[in-house]
Amino acid sequence: MPSSAAPGRATVRKSVSDSPAIAAEASLDLDALYRESNIDATLQTLDRELVGLAPVKDRVREIAALLLVEKLRNRVGLQAHAPPLHMSFTGNPGTGKTTVAMRMAAILKDLGYLRKGHLVACTRDDLVGEFIGHTAPKTREMIKKAMGGVLFVDEAYFLHRPENERDYGKEAIEILLQSMEDHRDDFAVIFAGYAREMQQFFSSNPGLGSRVAHHIDFPDYSPDELYQIAEGMLEDMQYRLSDGAQQTLKNYIGLRREQAHFANARSIRNALDRARLRQARRLFEARGQALDINTLATLEAADFEGSRVFAKASGAMP
Amino acid sequence: MMITQGTFSFLPPLTREQIAAQVSYCLDQGWAVSIEYTDDPHPRNVYWEMFGHPMFDIQDAEGVMLEVDRALEALPHYYIKVNAFDASIGWETIRLSFIIQRPEQEPGFSLERQECAGRNVRYTTRSYAVERRSGSRYGTKERE
Repeated sequence: MPSSAAPGRATVRKSVSDSPAIAAEASLDLDALYRESNIDATLQTLDRELVGLAPVKDRVREIAALLLVEKLRNRVGLQAHAPPLHMSFTGNPGTGKTTVAMRMAAILKDLGYLRKGHLVACTRDDLVGEFIGHTAPKTREMIKKAMGGVLFVDEAYFLHRPENERDYGKEAIEILLQSMEDHRDDFAVIFAGYAREMQQFFSSNPGLGSRVAHHIDFPDYSPDELYQIAEGMLEDMQYRLSDGAQQTLKNYIGLRREQAHFANARSIRNALDRARLRQARRLFEARGQALDINTLATLEAADFEGSRVFAKASGAMP
Repeated sequence: MMITQGTFSFLPPLTREQIAAQVSYCLDQGWAVSIEYTDDPHPRNVYWEMFGHPMFDIQDAEGVMLEVDRALEALPHYYIKVNAFDASIGWETIRLSFIIQRPEQEPGFSLERQECAGRNVRYTTRSYAVERRSGSRYGTKERE
């Protein structure tokens, strides 16, 4: 059998020394495969668009490398069973789990592991039914939609409610598990949520935990990274900060991080949205004066100082 | 006799891979695929029962094939067909439809002649299968 004819998944076990033809083709080049897969562009987009997240990017690169090598092994006829694609993303809110999941879907498509590479996001409500017999069709419906792409289960730990024995979440988990096994070539599942709850979730569902091959932890952003993110968002929205506002925003980020319900990038977006609101009111109240394009595009320090975050911080200090 | 209708009616029965390839084509055209079944195969019976919902917003053929597999398993003694519906303005109709399963025994049709006034004859075709109650027309059991 010529070694270039890659066998299917049910490949006969053989050692490298059994097939001398492989050595001859060992120069099969990884670089060519890398270039033809278009994955480089996707990885670069990931680098460019996402601030910080160095450990996440490293893991994504690692996984991409593994999948690429696995593909090459498959090509030369070395033992090659489909590598498991299911993953778990853990981290606090607003740390970019969904965004990275979308990139991951694109990477898996570029490497030929997924046919379409779209992302179907769902939560407990989309999978679990309200009465007996309602859960299975609902879960199957989502799985059908995710075929050829990625099923992104947000806040996955809500699926499992140990305090309620008759909860239908268990049924949804079982169906997911079955499809993850039967259709491992057809779609990938990414479970996402807070680190601590996810750990509990996997330890109480060992069957699920053992089928999830890659765990990626998303760290919180540093204040500098958050400021960079804010700059990026403002650029997209075609706003700019006045010199005074730059320092105010930095102070704001420092204070906001310490307060409750901080959701990283999402909190920053909300803060910017509220600043735009205050800017609009400020401009409206001074509507007698002449406006120019610069005034319309500039957020002043006052637009941030109106925030409750500053009031709370000064109230805390007598 | 083997009843044929719809697209590919002159081809031998399609394999699973061939069905998946056709479904894949339909999805690439942006059509919504649905599954229908019946045990009354009269050519003028255009109202077959739906199996599940029409499958809008499915991206990949394997998603539809999950449902196809379920239909084949649940309805082993029925006619089953796959339809592709085009929702774009101006079409809003089925663009492609083909049978993916037939019962093993197909008894065929009888031709009835009714004599009317003035030596006129009216013709009616009638499936031998419909002589039995719906649900027990083909095969011994409707469901295991």
